[in-house]
Amino acid sequence: MAEKSQIEAYNKYVEAKIPMTKPFPSLIWAFLVGGGICVIGQGVNDIITLLFPDMTTDVVSSYTLVFMIFLGTFFTGLGLYDKLGSFAGAGSVIPITGFANSVASPAIEFKTEGWIFGMSVKMFTIAGPIIVNGIASSILVGLVYMFL
Amino acid sequence: MKKIGTQTVLLSNKPKIISNFSVVGPKEGKGPLSEYFGKILEDDKLGQKTYEKAEQKLMELAVFSCIEKSGLTPKDIDMFLSGDLLNQIISSSFTARQFDTTFIGLFGACSTMTESLALGSCLVDGEYFENVLCSTCSHFATAERQFRYPLELGTQKPPTSQWTVTGAGATLLSLHGEGPYIEMVTFGKVCDYGVSDVNNMGAAMAPAAMHTLKTHFEDTGRKPDFYDLILTGDLGKFGSETLIDMMEKEGYAFSENYGDCGNMIFDIKQKTFMGGSGCGCSASVLNSYVITKLRRGDIDKVLFLSTGALLSTLSCQQGESIPGIAHAIVIRGK
Repeated sequence: MAEKSQIEAYNKYVEAKIPMTKPFPSLIWAFLVGGGICVIGQGVNDIITLLFPDMTTDVVSSYTLVFMIFLGTFFTGLGLYDKLGSFAGAGSVIPITGFANSVASPAIEFKTEGWIFGMSVKMFTIAGPIIVNGIASSILVGLVYMFL
Repeated sequence: MKKIGTQTVLLSNKPKIISNFSVVGPKEGKGPLSEYFGKILEDDKLGQKTYEKAEQKLMELAVFSCIEKSGLTPKDIDMFLSGDLLNQIISSSFTARQFDTTFIGLFGACSTMTESLALGSCLVDGEYFENVLCSTCSHFATAERQFRYPLELGTQKPPTSQWTVTGAGATLLSLHGEGPYIEMVTFGKVCDYGVSDVNNMGAAMAPAAMHTLKTHFEDTGRKPDFYDLILTGDLGKFGSETLIDMMEKEGYAFSENYGDCGNMIFDIKQKTFMGGSGCGCSASVLNSYVITKLRRGDIDKVLFLSTGALLSTLSCQQGESIPGIAHAIVIRGK
């Protein structure tokens, strides 16, 4: 291990030299793709409402989510979602299609180690923390809401 | 004593490179060095069921093509030295089970090419073995899966990240025969300057490269301009620029003769961020471009050092910094 002063000086040098992701193109792409996915979601929602006028808004939303999850998984399977993600960043990660991608991609990847120890075990390696922290934070919010 | 200075070994028997071979994936095959590679794959899965099997086949292809090219048979090989990036170096040991020879598995991460060549040269120079085969490989898909994320996950890579080369290289060293020879080797020390960013391997490895280079120049009394070419393994754009800065601070100015395999193997248009990395990066460039140039007589004195980042997926999650290592070999054309 190098000396403390050397480590500090070197890390300072590296920090100063590191190229940053250009914020402007990243923001534009994230906005366009993320917005685009939302527009598709809204379109699906409208079509379902049109086709099944008796459905309540809640049920229509559920079907929309199911369809968007299908789209995310489908394009992951086609090998296209990762290409979208490489330039869209959060634009394709944040919508529910991104969540579907995070479950489908390890499922495909670890299929080679078998259905149980490969696919089933590894399927939630990326989505797992989202679920755990999602549930934990909703419990917290729920508790706060109870006392309000 | 064959050791000169602190870390360098002078090889008086001049171990010859009697054969070499490189195999690369389709993306590498589209890069600037395409004309030099021994074989460019059309399918990076090589018709195998898994990418791990494909990586092993990649090494097998390089190893057996290298032996075949030399005119020897696998039975003539006395020792096989090899390593790779996969857990428990399976690509190497599974290749070793394909032929009847003694085998020593090595782990030096991306420094494996020069690690195996440096050790192999010593074994040949000491006349312990006549023909020693050195090899290493890496595969983009297996490295991504082991060290990073599933291939189909839609994430963005940070600008300092590098692209693992799909490629393998094999070099056959012999006590006898014709060809470029290894004049000396400088073994590296582990250097850790506290870099813990797994997306910036260049920064983690540059101090190790600097230390090995500096020691090599001190041990031999040579200056950087003595060499026609000084090549590092996979520091990439960030790491190689850092190395130049660090060497300048140490009083060694690199002139035009410095290059990095990671910068050379891909074109800037191929969107590989800071360039290539992985064991296969320096292995495929050495066993194609460098040795071809030496054989042609375009260059005569090459200082080649592969650089390795000695981390594991656990160590970086536990907040450990990334130790680096670099081993150097001097190859002479005639």
